[in-house]
Amino acid sequence: MGLFAYPFMVNALEAGTIVALMAAVAGWFMVLRRQSFAGHTLAVMSFPGASGAALAGIPLALGYFGSCSIAAIAIAAGSRGRMGRNRQQESAVIGTVQVAGFALGFLFLSLYSGVLESLETLLFGSFLGITQDQVLTLLAVAAGVAVFFVLVGRPLLYASIDPAAAQARGVPVRLLEPAFLLVLGLAVAATAQITGVLLVFALLVAPAAAAQRLTARVGAGLALTAAIGLAVTWLALSLSYYTDYPIGFFITSLGFAAYVVAHGIGRRR
Amino acid sequence: MTGTPAVELRGATAEIGGRAVWSGVDLTIEPGELVAVLGPNGAGKSTLLRVLLGLLPLGAGSATVLGEMPGHRNSDIGYLPQRHGFDSSTRIRGVDLVRLGLDGNRWGLPLSGGRTERARVEEVIGLVDAAAYARRPIGELSGGEQQRLLIAQTLAAGPELLLLDEPLDSLDLPNQTAVSALLARICRSEHVAVLLVAHDVNPLLADLDRVVYIAGGRIVSGRPEEVITSETLSGLYGVPIEVLRTSDGRLVVVGQPEAPAHHSDRHAH
Repeated sequence: MGLFAYPFMVNALEAGTIVALMAAVAGWFMVLRRQSFAGHTLAVMSFPGASGAALAGIPLALGYFGSCSIAAIAIAAGSRGRMGRNRQQESAVIGTVQVAGFALGFLFLSLYSGVLESLETLLFGSFLGITQDQVLTLLAVAAGVAVFFVLVGRPLLYASIDPAAAQARGVPVRLLEPAFLLVLGLAVAATAQITGVLLVFALLVAPAAAAQRLTARVGAGLALTAAIGLAVTWLALSLSYYTDYPIGFFITSLGFAAYVVAHGIGRRR
Repeated sequence: MTGTPAVELRGATAEIGGRAVWSGVDLTIEPGELVAVLGPNGAGKSTLLRVLLGLLPLGAGSATVLGEMPGHRNSDIGYLPQRHGFDSSTRIRGVDLVRLGLDGNRWGLPLSGGRTERARVEEVIGLVDAAAYARRPIGELSGGEQQRLLIAQTLAAGPELLLLDEPLDSLDLPNQTAVSALLARICRSEHVAVLLVAHDVNPLLADLDRVVYIAGGRIVSGRPEEVITSETLSGLYGVPIEVLRTSDGRLVVVGQPEAPAHHSDRHAH
């Protein structure tokens, strides 16, 4: 049977495309800003969000986006130093938030007696059962994230590389920091719905890290990150569809492979 | 801007936490002057830059920068914060870094490449002799190369005043002398006033128009040979100080008391 024969597969491809693009751009900035630990914690926080939503009987998407946004705000507020972001404080704060998130997630899941969401699906992802509504929600969130990057991409880049100089030039560094974390939280929450909580990084970090090995140009780097993310997602969906092995395995392996290849090419130059 | 001093302080007092860092300061810097700010750690050198950027209001007295209140003309100031280099994993090209000095504070995506902007970036890269390596990732460059590109970044927007916080720090001696000569050349050719904080006056001696010496809560300014003398520095510190001249023309200050540790403002920006 062809890849597009079933509506669920079309939904999965649409959702995968949206998520891959969003994760690529947010991930590129995250890697540049060395905030991968914060990104990972946001991913973990989508676990109590999703399991809590299942327990409460509200839409899972609401749980994913809600918990990631709250966690992003908490991390931004907790790690705020005199000169904007305080890196030491940040990693301590987010480590603590992460532990609490995992604990809550397990509690919610053990209280939840339904059969819709298994632990495995939440943690390692599934592309089955993505609804048209879910695709539309992802599209709306992605549109918001896109507007953010189109508006503040350049000052955000400046604030990411050289915060003190950017601040002196009038870039609102202290506003951009929590704003970026919030956008990262949204991208992570969207990605977690496809890849599962634990494998978000396959789409968030691997394509960006691979692209940054290959080029130091800004525009080319962003485009390459998006291309790698899309290729990984589409290939993983197809492989998963034809082989019946879980999507999370393919996304992660392909993302890892992309990084190893990029690393090899980058070293040779 | 003829006739208007680049910087003018009258009876100025800077306070941090209610305590005066320095007071009763009169200082005039003319356009096109190369001025070094010297003094022991914690004397208030970075504080002076913060005052001129409008980040710290004066406790008493008045200040004008480029003819207006500090902070009002920051877009005409190139500010280089104190830093300790980009680490090797910073995957951004030198040209992109310089470009951010031109338009990094404007909204938009970091990709757009107007012809006039690109020409200006090439021009300032030429001014600092960095064309040979400006397209390599900044993290792979030597300290001296990074510093030249950072100076190009501060020049990109065509400032009338450069405020450089320890631009020679972390450079080896030949590079310190070379960057000093470069700044002197830019001062003349671009008619920019350059105020730079320095630890050691010797690499700068040949190029300086004026020295601003901060110690013991007071500031003395004048030509290097007037200020860096046993009499002036002894008066400033209130203890006997000896200035020796070595056979190769270097100045050595002997007997300079170190400031107490709690006065340190080295990490305050």
